[in-house]
Amino acid sequence: MSAPHAIERELKVEVRGLSKRFRRGNEELLVLDGLDLEIARGEFVCILGPSGCGKSTLLNVLGGFEEADAGSIRIDGEQVTRPDPRRIFVFQDYGIFPWATVRENIALGLLRRPAREREEIVARYVELIGLQGFEDSYPGELSGGMKQRVAVARALAVSPEIVFMDEPLGALDSLTRLAMRRELLRIWQRERMTIALVTHDVDESLQLADRVVVMTSRPGRIAGIVPIDLPHPRDPSASAYNAKKRELFGLLGVRADV
Amino acid sequence: MSVTAFVTAALAAVAIVASRGLRQRAQAVVLPVATGVLLLALWHLWAESTRYEIATPGEPVRTVEIFPTPHRTLVALRELMSDGRLVRYSIASLFRVAVGFLLAAAIGIPLGLWAGWSTRASYSINPFVQALRPISPLAWIPIATLAFGIRDEAAIFIIFLGSFFPIVTGTMSAVRSMPVAYVRSAHNFGLRKFELLAHVVFPAALPQIITSLRIALGVAWLVIVAAEMNAIQSGLGFLIVDARNMGMRYDLVVAAMLVIGAIGIGLDFLVRRLERIDSVRWGFTKE
Repeated sequence: MSAPHAIERELKVEVRGLSKRFRRGNEELLVLDGLDLEIARGEFVCILGPSGCGKSTLLNVLGGFEEADAGSIRIDGEQVTRPDPRRIFVFQDYGIFPWATVRENIALGLLRRPAREREEIVARYVELIGLQGFEDSYPGELSGGMKQRVAVARALAVSPEIVFMDEPLGALDSLTRLAMRRELLRIWQRERMTIALVTHDVDESLQLADRVVVMTSRPGRIAGIVPIDLPHPRDPSASAYNAKKRELFGLLGVRADV
Repeated sequence: MSVTAFVTAALAAVAIVASRGLRQRAQAVVLPVATGVLLLALWHLWAESTRYEIATPGEPVRTVEIFPTPHRTLVALRELMSDGRLVRYSIASLFRVAVGFLLAAAIGIPLGLWAGWSTRASYSINPFVQALRPISPLAWIPIATLAFGIRDEAAIFIIFLGSFFPIVTGTMSAVRSMPVAYVRSAHNFGLRKFELLAHVVFPAALPQIITSLRIALGVAWLVIVAAEMNAIQSGLGFLIVDARNMGMRYDLVVAAMLVIGAIGIGLDFLVRRLERIDSVRWGFTKE
């Protein structure tokens, strides 16, 4: 079941007038142009847009990895200036460390905890992602879906308030991707953290999000925000689903039929 | 003698051509053996062609070879083994290489990590590393002899120089080419300086560091001969110079060369074993 948002939504992330430029030679590229966005606590938001629309840049700024040129980002009323373990970023690839075992990867954020506590937490999240028996495997020995699960477990092990995901399922084949969406929803419904997920896949955003933020490119602006108030699991053949889908394609300015 | 060598060479050549029809696994055995036999036979024929006779009145005719045949080289190798020089000189050379190489690794790896990580360190160190790197370690021999005299230290210094630069530059570029996501993840999870180094930067760079160690050890072993030729009274390099100077013993020269080659292969084999360590294997396999 989707979280029908509480009457009084608690504001978690507040973006105001966010702009970001990149300099390429003596050319200046406006990547993000005055974005406003609010994300509620415990909400699952998907940021949807074509490649190069600045959605990854937006996420990097939200994560504190890049600085904005104008505007502000507040999380719990506090200005974001740097990365913080309360807000974990999940990368599409290269996120987890190939030199470390599954166990060591998940324990990355727990280095200063006592050994016993660390073991307990790792065991809990290994179970959550269903990788029992693979604790001592290296990422090179795992499938793409398993690696992505390790990345999610590593993020959740530090009990973050927000998880940022940059196309986390982009590298997976379409069947694994479906399974991972279900997995992601199950974990989110259990842990109830706030999630901001960047994707260019309309169905992905439709199946996961409470709200979809649609972006257009050059300069990156918000074309519209579409609430997806459908219960989970969401059936892609349902008419309500398809109505939302048409709405998203409309905002993207793309025709859905081929 | 020559006829046997001729026939052997011809047979080996035939075997090489005929192996085309064999399966790959058979070729893997036949080709190196046949090529080896061919080379030995050619070596023998060539060495024999340089043979000449000295006829002194009142004495029997003496045959002199300028280049030693494979057989004579083998006899010389046995001589080196039985008089103990082979082991003694190999150990002397290996000791110098070990000390010089380990010293280079002990200084080069931390320096490379630092210069790869910090822009300030890179500005300070890199120009000088790049300027000194193209100077052959052999060019330092006069300076080394002047500074350390005719002692182990001079050779160790030369070997240190030969292996230091590949290690520093290899480590530095390993750190620089590290994907941004690794460092970002580490910052994100709140890792502090030392944790970042121990859990991310060093392990991420390790496969490339091992490769640079392998190159450095190769260079160190190449340089040992020259480093020992100059002055020192022991070692395989010394043996080569000594064998020539003290009686034109080219059979000993070639025997020493073969020993140097064999030990070089052994050293490379040892470093390559490092590539199989669990936490670095990812750097040596393509996904």
